[in-house]
Amino acid sequence: MNTIALPLPEAGHRRAAPPRVTEEPRWLRWLLMAVALGFVGLFLVVPLASVFYEALKKGWDVYVAAITEPDALSALRLTLLAAAIAVPLNLVFGVASAWLIAKFDFRGKQLLLTLIDLPFSVSPVIAGLIYVLMFGAQGWWGGWLRDHDVRIIFAVPGIVLATVFVTVPFVARELIPLMQTQGVDQEEAARVLGASGWQTFWRVTLPNIRWALLYGVILCNARAMGEFGAVSVVSGHVRGETNTLPLHIEIAYNEYQFSAAFAVASLLALLALVTLVLKHLVGSRIKKELKESA
Amino acid sequence: MRRNNVLLRQHSVLPGFNLTLGLVLLYLGLVVLLPLSAAFLKTFTLDWKGFVDAVTAPRVLASYKLSFGVALIAAAVNAVFGLVLAWVLVRYEFPGRKLVDAIVDLPFALPTAVAGIALTALYAENGAIGRFLPFKVAFTPLGVFVALVFIGLPFVVRTLQPVIENLGHDLEESSALLGAQRWQTLTFVVLPALLPAWITGFALAFARAVGEYGSVIFIAGNMPMVSEITPLMIVTKLEQYDYAGATAIAVVMLLASFVLLLLINLLQAWMRRRQGQQA
Repeated sequence: MNTIALPLPEAGHRRAAPPRVTEEPRWLRWLLMAVALGFVGLFLVVPLASVFYEALKKGWDVYVAAITEPDALSALRLTLLAAAIAVPLNLVFGVASAWLIAKFDFRGKQLLLTLIDLPFSVSPVIAGLIYVLMFGAQGWWGGWLRDHDVRIIFAVPGIVLATVFVTVPFVARELIPLMQTQGVDQEEAARVLGASGWQTFWRVTLPNIRWALLYGVILCNARAMGEFGAVSVVSGHVRGETNTLPLHIEIAYNEYQFSAAFAVASLLALLALVTLVLKHLVGSRIKKELKESA
Repeated sequence: MRRNNVLLRQHSVLPGFNLTLGLVLLYLGLVVLLPLSAAFLKTFTLDWKGFVDAVTAPRVLASYKLSFGVALIAAAVNAVFGLVLAWVLVRYEFPGRKLVDAIVDLPFALPTAVAGIALTALYAENGAIGRFLPFKVAFTPLGVFVALVFIGLPFVVRTLQPVIENLGHDLEESSALLGAQRWQTLTFVVLPALLPAWITGFALAFARAVGEYGSVIFIAGNMPMVSEITPLMIVTKLEQYDYAGATAIAVVMLLASFVLLLLINLLQAWMRRRQGQQA
């Protein structure tokens, strides 16, 4: 071993490090930390904890009964179905739009980026409303749909459509900045060496973006399963048929079945916690890879 | 040979331009643009007077005041506390820092309905927090404020964090060496550097708060003229089958969101220019 020993101060003579000029005085540091942590505690931790407290307040049996009653289970099935359709659709859209925007130069790119982000700036209620205007009884195609006995609004297709709308940007906005940073060098090299377009995508691009892709999918899924406003407008709240988990919570709550409402809410809160953990793990993975490639 | 489109030029050996362009435009057209244009076209079934009457009814005007006013206050509160939180998370070492950092995203991950009933239970008169407060929070505009603070916080923190990380210590060291007190450095050196990101975070939190529905309706109490938010007015009109009226209010909100979106894009461009100058 060939290390250089640093001249450490001897144990007895160790002094406190002098205050650095780029640090706040100690009292201010404590104050800022107390303010920040107090705010997080009051506005984030306490509400989260209260969900689980309220859910289990009446005991385990009430809790289990609330989440295994048929209406809750059917709401769970519909929530899973909506996410199972919305997430893959927006995954494909996200990859396609990121490829388009990161690998090519064309006019109107900024406009396209704005369009992709648009669903984020539209109130969820309006997201539901616009589908009612298209497919509702008084909507554009309402008459035609009624004649052909197709139900979209107040039925499952409307819920899926609303969920798809609100989750459009999630995968795209994770992939676009990353693929823009990565540039086109590797893909061009693959092409010059004779790879086909698809081979280039599967073997070169996809391995480079897989963690960001997963990151986007996790966020997309959380929103798809938790969406309330948009789905509430198109659902019609038919029990056992067009209720998702968030809508089931609303109905139970409005009927003063607080324990049942919080029991189902605790399932979604667990989903949120899993989302946060996965997001953190995948996020640090992305940071690591970015550092290695830099 | 590929035809060179005049509007959309591309020079690349990579394939897939036409495929992805077609796919993206088709998808956005069907899922986003077509339905949104339905909203604008529906308002044309109203004449001008009908439109003005629908969007300026006293109850609707009161809801704008509440939605935009409280969203503004909540975003301002988040701007202050979000700045402190982002600074503490980047600059200070303390046990549990990573945990706090992870939990900042909770409002993104927690479904709004869950947040809504949890906050209502806490701030109700007999709730864990409400019982210690001398004034009513739940079922008043103050409740709306609490919900909007909850959902807006991560926007400010997540916009500021990377900027503070990239700030480095050079500027602050120079400032200190030139004789500035720490508070002077923070006020005249650090804060101006953070300003574009700070305002962007504020605008994002505000934009989200204006349209928020799920977390608000439980805690607001929804009393006409007092605690009805604008998105709720849309839902109420829809439930009365007044589609044209609902759409008229929605168009007002959409226009407000587009202006905000434009503003945010300009702010972000400003932010990128600033970042570019520092690098």
